[in-house]
Amino acid sequence: MVDEQTADEAATTEGSTSVATIDAAATAVGELRERVVADLGSAVVAHEVNHGVVTVRVSTESWRRTAEIVRSKLGFNYLSFISGIDWMPAPKVGGEEASGDTSTPAQPMDQTYGVCGSAGRFQVFAAVISLSKKTTLVLKTDVSETEPIVASWVPVYPGADWHERETWEMYGFRFDGHPGLRHLYLPGEFEGFPLRKDFPLLAREVKPWPGLVDVEPMPGVADGDEAEE
Amino acid sequence: MTTTEIPGSPGFEIDPRALTPLADQRLDVELQSEDMVLNIGPQHPATHGTLRVVVKLDGERVVSADPVIGYMHRGYEKLTEYRTYPQVTTLINRIDWLSSFANEVPFIHAAERIMGVEAPPRAEWIRTALTELSRIATFILFLGEMGLQVGAITPAFYGFRDREHVLNLIEAVTGGRFHPNFNRIGGIKDDLPAGWINETRRVMGLMLDSCDQFEDLVAGNEIFQARTRGCGIIPADVGAAYGVSGSNLRASGVDWDLRRDGQPYLAYRELDWKVFTHPDGDTFARYWVRLQETREAIRMVLQILDGLPAGPVMAKVPRIIKVPAGEAWVNTENPLGEMGYYVISKGATGPFRVKIRTASFSNVSILPWLLKGVYVPDIVTILAGLYFILGDIDR
Repeated sequence: MVDEQTADEAATTEGSTSVATIDAAATAVGELRERVVADLGSAVVAHEVNHGVVTVRVSTESWRRTAEIVRSKLGFNYLSFISGIDWMPAPKVGGEEASGDTSTPAQPMDQTYGVCGSAGRFQVFAAVISLSKKTTLVLKTDVSETEPIVASWVPVYPGADWHERETWEMYGFRFDGHPGLRHLYLPGEFEGFPLRKDFPLLAREVKPWPGLVDVEPMPGVADGDEAEE
Repeated sequence: MTTTEIPGSPGFEIDPRALTPLADQRLDVELQSEDMVLNIGPQHPATHGTLRVVVKLDGERVVSADPVIGYMHRGYEKLTEYRTYPQVTTLINRIDWLSSFANEVPFIHAAERIMGVEAPPRAEWIRTALTELSRIATFILFLGEMGLQVGAITPAFYGFRDREHVLNLIEAVTGGRFHPNFNRIGGIKDDLPAGWINETRRVMGLMLDSCDQFEDLVAGNEIFQARTRGCGIIPADVGAAYGVSGSNLRASGVDWDLRRDGQPYLAYRELDWKVFTHPDGDTFARYWVRLQETREAIRMVLQILDGLPAGPVMAKVPRIIKVPAGEAWVNTENPLGEMGYYVISKGATGPFRVKIRTASFSNVSILPWLLKGVYVPDIVTILAGLYFILGDIDR
């Protein structure tokens, strides 16, 4: 790596091997997908390979059993995270004043679902990793809008405790079998579920995003302070 | 305790014969001590900010521990839904403020992956260099500060002093010591400034000396070893089930590093480096692993300086960034462990949903299990050895 020639050579050889490793990775991902789908059996609703990550959507009833199979049979012993998704279209932010403000991202108003689809508004999703095989798996399941209950993963992955508490307080999903759903971040008397799309970001409602001012030259703006912290 | 009835003394008169068993009973009452509840934090030097750990003590031993987090919760997952993609990097800089640059990389990669944009090689190499520099800055501070937690004050000052050299390097490139906000979708903002490569070579030499110094001064110290060996042992399977990651898990003997084992990112596949593990899983092992990883990061930076490819640092991207509908999960090996972003886009200028998976959140979630049965002085050592940043827990 000292002189340029060797560096170039190293780069070219690395280039050819990296193509080979990508191919190998693609077949490994394909095999993993087949294996997971075969082992989960009837629980699988949909499965896809999304940007190199195997994503499987399972039925709500088999959420716990999925964790058990995935951990004990497939060796995904590491829990990365559990969280929720609210697919409801985001309401317009900032009312009339924000119209025409290109700095405010306007989300499409139709309800579409991402990878593997969804039956309704709410989903719980999680990522698990196999430390020995070095592979990742993303799991999703639908949660009913009227009765958002899903089985807890705490008996399978003890680390699910905090993730589920967070999801519970942010989305209002109840986790059946969780040892104690208490508030994690928010004060105990907090009302509402902040990460649901119908929960307004109050700071934005009260004061329009200063992004409109930001396109002007920065210094000398009277209220250019970001009211964030 | 239940109320103690005085035996043999009905009414107002006390029978002298009853006094002896009464005294015995009093003694018994006092020996059955109540559990004591001790609040560690929210303001405690070992908690790096405002983490509160409520521990229940039986004498000197911890019966149960309950970390109370959320003092710094800023709701970044919600805020990202109200920002455009370039604005989000400003926020996520502030998650783990010791290694802000490393925070930006997985988010930018997720957006690039959905867009199908690839940064030019030179940009990826400079990103790698800056990520490793933030790793060095984070770990050098840890190597010094860990001494402070067991009573050695001097190393902490060395840690802060040596870290400053690295922060100067980051500042020279990005303009910010702590919050670089330097990544753009499709590359980085600027090329390296003139003279930076030579200065970095010099500073890396200093850092290697600094590592040697910490090895002698802290890791080789008898008192330090007595305080940290066998303290806070995390078995590999327990750590994995709790989601403990990074150096903490490698110190438990798990040979897993996302730079090598994850989806290929940055230039790590083109560098020659090693993953260090330690079989013990105690606080000393975590210190040792981080010490070796600092050295390895220095080696990586030196290799990057030698092999830096020429070319542009920005790919061609539209002026207003719209990320097409899609999802991407990108996790990377940050100094504190596995950091990942699950980005869901619906084709707008801003993300629809961003799940931020931070390392410290899961690393700290093992505390109720880990602190059970340890002695009070070890609590601080274990907390410091896990090495978390409050912004990284609370987000």
